[in-house]
Amino acid sequence: MELFDVIGPVMVGPSSSHTAGAVRIGYVAGRLLGEKVKEAKILLYGSFLDTGKGHGTDKALVAGLLGMKPDDYQIANSLEIAQRENILVEFGEARLAEAHPNTAELILVGESGNTIDVVAESVGGGKINIAKIDGIETNFSGEYPTLIVHNQDQPGHVSEVTSMLAHKSVNIASMQLYRSYRGGRAVMVVECDQEVPPDGIEWLTRVEGVLKVTYFEGTI
Amino acid sequence: MYGSIAEILEQSEKNGKAFWEVVMEADMESRDASRDASRQTMAQMLAVMKAADRAYEGERKSASGLSGGDGKLLEAYNRAGKNLCGEFLGKVMERAIKMGESNACMKRIVAAPTAGSCGVIPAVLLSYEEAFGAPEDELVNALYVAAGIGKVIGENASISGAFGGCQAEIGSASAMAAGALAYLQGGDNAAIVNAAALALKNMLGLACDPVGGLVEVPCVKRNSHGAVNAVTSAQIALAGIKSAISPDDVIDSMRRIGNEMPASLKETGKGGLATSESAKRLCECTAVCVGA
Ligand code: SF4
Repeated sequence: MELFDVIGPVMVGPSSSHTAGAVRIGYVAGRLLGEKVKEAKILLYGSFLDTGKGHGTDKALVAGLLGMKPDDYQIANSLEIAQRENILVEFGEARLAEAHPNTAELILVGESGNTIDVVAESVGGGKINIAKIDGIETNFSGEYPTLIVHNQDQPGHVSEVTSMLAHKSVNIASMQLYRSYRGGRAVMVVECDQEVPPDGIEWLTRVEGVLKVTYFEGTI
Repeated sequence: MYGSIAEILEQSEKNGKAFWEVVMEADMESRDASRDASRQTMAQMLAVMKAADRAYEGERKSASGLSGGDGKLLEAYNRAGKNLCGEFLGKVMERAIKMGESNACMKRIVAAPTAGSCGVIPAVLLSYEEAFGAPEDELVNALYVAAGIGKVIGENASISGAFGGCQAEIGSASAMAAGALAYLQGGDNAAIVNAAALALKNMLGLACDPVGGLVEVPCVKRNSHGAVNAVTSAQIALAGIKSAISPDDVIDSMRRIGNEMPASLKETGKGGLATSESAKRLCECTAVCVGA
C-alpha cells in the first residue's frame, strides 16, 4: 500500500469503489479499444447493479470512456456529454457465472470499427482489476504502462516481446500469459516500469502471428 | 520502511527524526521520489481539501435525495451563537458534515482514507488552522502523521468498510486525525500514538450498514462523530493519559473484530441500520436504493 492510497486519491464522490474505480474501468477499457468510442454496451453485475445508480456508477463508467479521470468535475454530466458527442450508450445486467461483486462488462465499438469486450472489477479504494479481454482471462491493474499482445499460440512470441522491451530499455514489472486453448488465441499482458516507445509497439503489430496489440501508459 | 506503529517510533528515536519525517522518507524511498516531490503531492492533497471545504453547496442534494443541506443547518446554528461545544469543535462538526455531503453529491474530495470518511481529517485540520493558526508546512507534516497511521492500519487490518466494517473507515480516519491533531498541538510521539489508539478503541466494532448500500446514511453524519472523537482522543492523550492497550494491539484487535463481523454488516446494505423500518421507508421514497 502506498502512502497516497491512504491520503488520496483526489476523486469525485461518493464511493471509491463504485465511482472512482468505475471511472478507471471506463478509462482503461476506452484506452484498450484504442480509439474514440462510438457504441458502448455496459453490463453491470452484483453491487454495481444494485447500488450503481445512487453511486453514479453509470455516469462514472461513461466518464471514463470519454477519457475523464476520477477527479474530473464533469463526471456527473457524462451521460449528457456522451449524448452530445453521438456516442450510443446502453446499460444492462451482466450475466456472469461467478464474479467479484463490483464487476462491469463493457462491450465497445470504436469509430473505425474496432471492438473490444472488457470485464473489469473494482476491488476497493478505487483500485481495479481487468479480469477479461475478449473472453480471455487476464489480471492487471492498469496502474503500470501495460502492453497487451493478442497472438496465435505458437512458439517464439514471448521472446519477441521481451527482447523488443529489453532493446528499448523497458523493465518488465510483471508478465502474464493466457490462452483460449492450445494452439488457439493467446494473450500476453506485460506490465512495465517504463513507458514503451511507439516504434516498439508499431514493430510488434507487424510481427507475424501477432493479431492485435494494445498499449496504454497506465496510472490514472 | 515501517510495518507497525512501534517501528515508526523505533526509527524516530534511533535516527532522531520526527514521526512525520519517518513516514515521509519511507514514501520517498518506496516511490523513488525526492523530498520536494513527496511534499508537493501532500501539499496538493491539503489544497484539494481546502478547495473542497470552500466549494460546499448547501442547496445541493445527492442523486438519491438522502443527503444534502445539513451542513448549512450546522453553520446557521454555529453562527447563531448557540454553540454548545465551543467554536473550534462546532466548526469541526460543521466541516465534517459538509465534506460528507459534498462527497455524496459527486463533488471533488480527497479520500482520507476513503471517500465515505473523507470529512474527518480535513474537518479537524482546517478547523485547527482557523482557530489556532498553523503554517502550511505544519499542516503538511500533520497529514504525514495521519497517513503513516492510516497506512499501518491498512496494512495490518483494513481501511475498507467492505472488509472491516465502519471501524475501518470512520474509525481509521478518526485515529489518523487524532494523531495529526496531537502533533499540531505540540504533542510528542507518545501523545500522537496514544491519541490514535484511544480514537480507534472507541470505534471498534462499528458496523458498516449504509441504507440502500449508498455512502450516505449513516456515513455523512458519522464523519462528524469521527472528527469529534479525534479531538477528544487527542486532548486526553495530550494531557499525558496513555492507552492501556498499545496502538498496534488496538489495530490488531480491529482486524480480528473485522474478521468476526458478519457480511451483513460490511457494506452490503443487508443488516443493521440498512434493514431498519426507517431505512425501508427511505428506500421506498427513492428510486436508487438496492431492490427499489
Ligand atoms: S457506514 Fe460503511 S460506507 Fe458508510 S462511511 Fe462507514 S464504512 Fe463507509
